[in-house]
Amino acid sequence: MDWRRFGFIGLIIAILFGTVVIVGMSQEAPILIIGSMMATTIAVATPLTLGALSGVFCERSGVTNIGIEGMMLSAAFFGWLASIYMSTIFGFSMGASLFVGVIAAILSGGLFALLHAVLSITYKVDQIIGGTVINILAVGVTGFLNRQLFFDKSSIFQGQVPHAPGVLPVIHLPVKEILEGFCGLFGSTPGCIVTADAIGKIFDQKPIAIAAILLVAFSHYVLFNTRWGLRTRAVGEHPRAADTVGINVIWMRYANVVIGGMLAGLAGAYFTLESVPSFEPLMTNGRGFISLAAMIFGNWTPFGAWAASLVFGASQALQINLQFFRTQIPPEWSFFQNSYAVGQIPYILTMLILTGIIGKTTPPAADGQPYEK
Amino acid sequence: MPEKKIVLEAKGITKQFPGVLANDRVDFDLREGEVHALLGENGAGKSTLMNILYGLYKPDSGEIKVNGQPLLMSSPKEAINSGIGMVHQHFMLIPVFSVTENIMLGSETDHRVNKTQAALARLDRKEVSQKVSALSDQYGFEIDPNALVGDLPVGVQQRVEIVKALYRKASILILDEPTAVLTPQEAEDLFRIVRGLTKRGVSVIFITHKLKEVLAIADRITVMRAGKVVGTAEPSNTTEQQLATLMVGREVILTVDKEKAAPKEDVLLVENLHVRDQRDLETVRGVSFHVRAGEVLGVAGVQGNGQTELAEALTGLRAVVSGKITLEGNDLTGKTPRKFTETGLAHIPEDRQKHGLVLSYTIADNLILCDYHKFPFSKRGVLQQGAIDTNARTLIKEYDVRTPSPYVAAGKLSGGNQQKVIVARELSRPVKLVIANQPTRGLDVGSIEYIHKEIISMRDSGVAVLLVSAELDEIMALSDRIAVMYRGEIVTTVDSGSVTREQLGLWMAGVSPEKV
Repeated sequence: MDWRRFGFIGLIIAILFGTVVIVGMSQEAPILIIGSMMATTIAVATPLTLGALSGVFCERSGVTNIGIEGMMLSAAFFGWLASIYMSTIFGFSMGASLFVGVIAAILSGGLFALLHAVLSITYKVDQIIGGTVINILAVGVTGFLNRQLFFDKSSIFQGQVPHAPGVLPVIHLPVKEILEGFCGLFGSTPGCIVTADAIGKIFDQKPIAIAAILLVAFSHYVLFNTRWGLRTRAVGEHPRAADTVGINVIWMRYANVVIGGMLAGLAGAYFTLESVPSFEPLMTNGRGFISLAAMIFGNWTPFGAWAASLVFGASQALQINLQFFRTQIPPEWSFFQNSYAVGQIPYILTMLILTGIIGKTTPPAADGQPYEK
Repeated sequence: MPEKKIVLEAKGITKQFPGVLANDRVDFDLREGEVHALLGENGAGKSTLMNILYGLYKPDSGEIKVNGQPLLMSSPKEAINSGIGMVHQHFMLIPVFSVTENIMLGSETDHRVNKTQAALARLDRKEVSQKVSALSDQYGFEIDPNALVGDLPVGVQQRVEIVKALYRKASILILDEPTAVLTPQEAEDLFRIVRGLTKRGVSVIFITHKLKEVLAIADRITVMRAGKVVGTAEPSNTTEQQLATLMVGREVILTVDKEKAAPKEDVLLVENLHVRDQRDLETVRGVSFHVRAGEVLGVAGVQGNGQTELAEALTGLRAVVSGKITLEGNDLTGKTPRKFTETGLAHIPEDRQKHGLVLSYTIADNLILCDYHKFPFSKRGVLQQGAIDTNARTLIKEYDVRTPSPYVAAGKLSGGNQQKVIVARELSRPVKLVIANQPTRGLDVGSIEYIHKEIISMRDSGVAVLLVSAELDEIMALSDRIAVMYRGEIVTTVDSGSVTREQLGLWMAGVSPEKV
């Protein structure tokens, strides 16, 4: 990861944050605005971060995976479905239902990835086509089951969308309290208290968001400091070389693709179990593809992918936070508050990044090539 | 002297691939501390046999014993565990990994007292790199364990491969065509290393098709042809000619018969040419030379010193940064390949499968790739199958392409026959200049003989020939003048009669001609 790239990431995030600060500063303290922007950025970047990690594992082992979108969507659906089953049919508590939901999401992501692995590793199907098939299949399966289960009167739910058990709660780390105590030493000036409040907000995240960040660090360790990572990268760079020192290329690729699928599954759980307690057809809305862009921009490294995900997260946070300051936007800029206009930013960024303007990226040498003995 | 003990023994190895019997009841043995050369042409079954010994292929029948223990070879892991190491022709190294990482790959925790199979075992890069340094010092390899493999010269990469095998406690080392990618000096270094290894009790199988090397390094020689062992010999009681005859199965002429050249006017004139490769590095840096009608100019050099880009620029396939290319008095700088072709260029490209042929097209179609748009092959934009058929049948006969029909896909032919199709297409046209880049790479001795004859007969008919080759012997045999390329420049141009092999080797390795 070169500094030019990190610099670019910092610059974009600064511009996005600055925009909100300028619009909203007459209504709220800038430090609070920045704090809440950061909190939102980290939260909404969660599925992108996990999706990008999913891509990193697949492609580092030599399998291109454009089916992340589909794996996310199906996981969002099946995770949600499992949690509803648990709470309405079996009467599980909210916490237990959500936990089972998350596990189901991870498993369904892994299962779809297994399909991709069979297609691309064993049957050597063109991997772009295999991934596309998974994307289409996920849209079809989730749309069909959604309709059959919740809009058909003869279904187990009598054609009604049952009450979802809710979403995963915020895990409150006492950062704000500690900082306020620290402010107390200096006589608790209002400025200090506000800053403590703003920083505290950043740390109030939900479980999957926290897990995503921990997984970034863990993935980095696994890929670059363990035997598994060395072998994974070897089969993605030069599978024959790996084969000649006794590494089972096929098994390594299968395992990494399935691990990637499980990460995409966790990303899917974010949508229906952490963000909102409902499922909408097509609700992943291209996040799987954006996470692939983040993976490329991050040069196939976990931390790079995370940083790139934060850029996309920041542009989404901009859109969300501008809602609060709607009245501050001058009429001649009103087109900008239109959520469709702001909502384009991630896609425009994706295109810019993929043109390679901001430094070249090097994919694993054997990425997308089936291994033949 | 008592016979040394046999460390490896293969008996009755048979391996059938679809359409070919690659190994036919092959017997082979290796004694402790000897260099046993396995000699044969491409496709003789040497590599198949070695891949079986190394566990990459499973034999259909036969038996292998290492130190008297029968071995059920089914994976490289087993071969490694029983002390067999292999240095492949195309190195099995990962360019973006460090030397240490490459060496520890697959044996990540072997340096520990308690080996572990744990997937998340930590990589002890420091400890392993110390072990690598120690091994490298012990054998005098001079390897920096922390260097990125992709940054190392080919000769050093090869030593990394050897250390990789030694790190795995290999006592039997298989070297597959180890000198193919080396300069003559690097090859000398390798021979010294091999002798150092055998002194320490390592036994070496040395696979090659080069006769000189076999006589220089081997203690024993086994010759293979068409999947069978056809003879064994010792260097002291055989000659190059005898070995060649064994290898090919008939008398071959190792030297090229040619009259002294009678060069005439300049055909190709290259002035101060600069070219960049696809990574945008300038690999041809200010090259000037000329080729005259009726002579062969050989461009010698270790691969990767700009020859590829030079040849591509001279055929219109690569953009020129600056400089001038004149063919038959026409300035062709920046012109299209078709313009080059129509001005009288014949091109035998370096990679015959990528740039010489459309593999999925028939031989007949491949034979008209230069002229398909012209009469008689095309009339008002419609191909004339009759003319194409006649052309194909004539050329197939004339250039002795072995094929059941002109409508076989070019990809189905053997390497030698593929090259003959290219030669037929290029040399049957009225040409003034032939650019032949590695024209005999990977071909059997018979085909090489044929291609060499064709090149000389082109020269004798008054055509200018530019020959680019990494094979020093080929350059020496065919050229009238030799230009040596090093790091994108032509360091010197000499008459072929006035220079020795050793001298050329030094120039190719970057020793400047003034100092010698």
